[in-house]
Amino acid sequence: MRGNEAFGEGALRAGCRYTFAYPITPQSEIVHFLARRLPEAGGVFLQVESEVAAVNMVFGAAAAGARVVTSSSSPGMSLMQEGLSYLAGARLPCVIVNVMRGGPGLGNIAPAQGDYLQAVKGGGHGDYRLIVLAPSSVPEIIELMELAFELADTYRSPVLVLGDGVLGQMMEPVTVPEGDSPSEGDSPLGAQRGQSPLVSPLVSPSKPWAVTGQGDRPERNIISSLHIVPEDNERFNRELEQVQMEIRRREQRVEEYRVDDAELVLVAFGTVARVAKAVVDRARAGGLRVGLIRPITLWPFPDETVSRAAARTESFLVVEMNLGQMVEDVRLAVNGQKPVHFYGRPGGTVPTVREVWNEVRRIREVSGGEEDLRTAAGPNG
Amino acid sequence: MLEEVLIAGFGGQGILSTGQLLACAGMREGLHVAWIPSYGPEMRGGTANCGVTLSDAEISSPLVTEPNVLIAMNGPSLEKYGSAVGPGGVILYNSSLVKDYRPRPGVLALGVDANRVAERIGSVRVAANVVLGAYIGLSGVISVAAAVAALKEVLPVHRHKLIPANQRALEQGAALGAAIKGGPAEERLAGG
Repeated sequence: MRGNEAFGEGALRAGCRYTFAYPITPQSEIVHFLARRLPEAGGVFLQVESEVAAVNMVFGAAAAGARVVTSSSSPGMSLMQEGLSYLAGARLPCVIVNVMRGGPGLGNIAPAQGDYLQAVKGGGHGDYRLIVLAPSSVPEIIELMELAFELADTYRSPVLVLGDGVLGQMMEPVTVPEGDSPSEGDSPLGAQRGQSPLVSPLVSPSKPWAVTGQGDRPERNIISSLHIVPEDNERFNRELEQVQMEIRRREQRVEEYRVDDAELVLVAFGTVARVAKAVVDRARAGGLRVGLIRPITLWPFPDETVSRAAARTESFLVVEMNLGQMVEDVRLAVNGQKPVHFYGRPGGTVPTVREVWNEVRRIREVSGGEEDLRTAAGPNG
Repeated sequence: MLEEVLIAGFGGQGILSTGQLLACAGMREGLHVAWIPSYGPEMRGGTANCGVTLSDAEISSPLVTEPNVLIAMNGPSLEKYGSAVGPGGVILYNSSLVKDYRPRPGVLALGVDANRVAERIGSVRVAANVVLGAYIGLSGVISVAAAVAALKEVLPVHRHKLIPANQRALEQGAALGAAIKGGPAEERLAGG
């Protein structure tokens, strides 16, 4: 299965039946896939006039309690940032996929990771963070899309899934359980077709806050991000802070690969983490003790894992497809305990195994030299 | 076992689907596989390439930047990617379009008269599968039967009538590949 199809398949499997989207390379196959599959599964696909329209329709569907997804690529994501801030301010669960491309500006359609800071530090205005997930293989895309919807509903937060052009276009084998494919029969919308079309059929009992018509409730639900009195707004922001602390505490996800005895730890996410893994294998074959930390959640950043590794390893090398963005979070987590090096290729170039391997050798030689100097100086300096 | 195969040529030669066929056949044989197309300005400029990784262990990097196998279907591809193949690697090239390629030392270069074989089968469009067949016959990493079985999955239904021609291309290519297995490195595959 192609990576972009996996984003769509994962959304369907999570019970998502609404997509409002605008095509943009290199993620258009997500839109193609959902345009075909959602109507078959009893859902709604709407190609809208712009990314701004898409994100605001997501707001509407999420406010009605539906599981909803939209997807875009870097320039389109910039257009959605105002909407993301409103979604965060209204505490609406939804999933947004960004298949990143080269930038800034129109850039190109090649794979890049230049949107890391925008994704994990906000992007829109105000005090909010999005949960950000970063798959690095096609099977993991499906897994993390399902997780994204769970996290979104659990914390009433938009969840961003970050991919890139390689992940989107790559094909890898995927095991899809037989007979578990979503169809109209098991779609809440399909099942309830013929009942009142005005009431969103996808409201789960666990979303009592949703605007679904007043029904039996004495009070009507209002979804808003407006808190005109500063003290009210502060109270809301403090509540959001509590939720975010809870997310930080419970949801850090990370893959560690041969880190335990590593003298040099690579840190990389997404596509380039695959390259880094190959470098670890090459280094180990050459007798160098190198390991890999691959953040799966970019926010919350797995700082506990990095900090723990900092106590044992000698140095870090962060590898990214940008000019150095996640390296800031790694440095925060390492907190000066050990040197943190960086190697990056921006604008749509993917670091090769050879390039990263050369960088690893360069770092090990340099730090080896320092060790020699320290030894020569003796224990008292 | 780790095979990192780069397949390159010009648009219309079926480069991307030939790669998908190899990946799909590898999957049917129980191997770990990954397929990546070239994606960028190249795909709009007439040339096409894709990387296929086949492994009996989990694939770390699916990006094929240092191929140990290059399938080059035209001259520009051979020129561009030939030097990326390191010592011990194999280059299979379309000798209908490229004459007398001299590889770097330690690299085995085999010309397959693919267009001629394909024309005899009845369609020059199956030329890439002749060379893929030669790779399969030479390397033995997957069976010809797996590749033939994968045709049904890779070709869209409205092209299933082309399956017999593609099957013959794979089989005849595989026979050529098997014939030179273990032979002298300089030997060229003749197409007929």
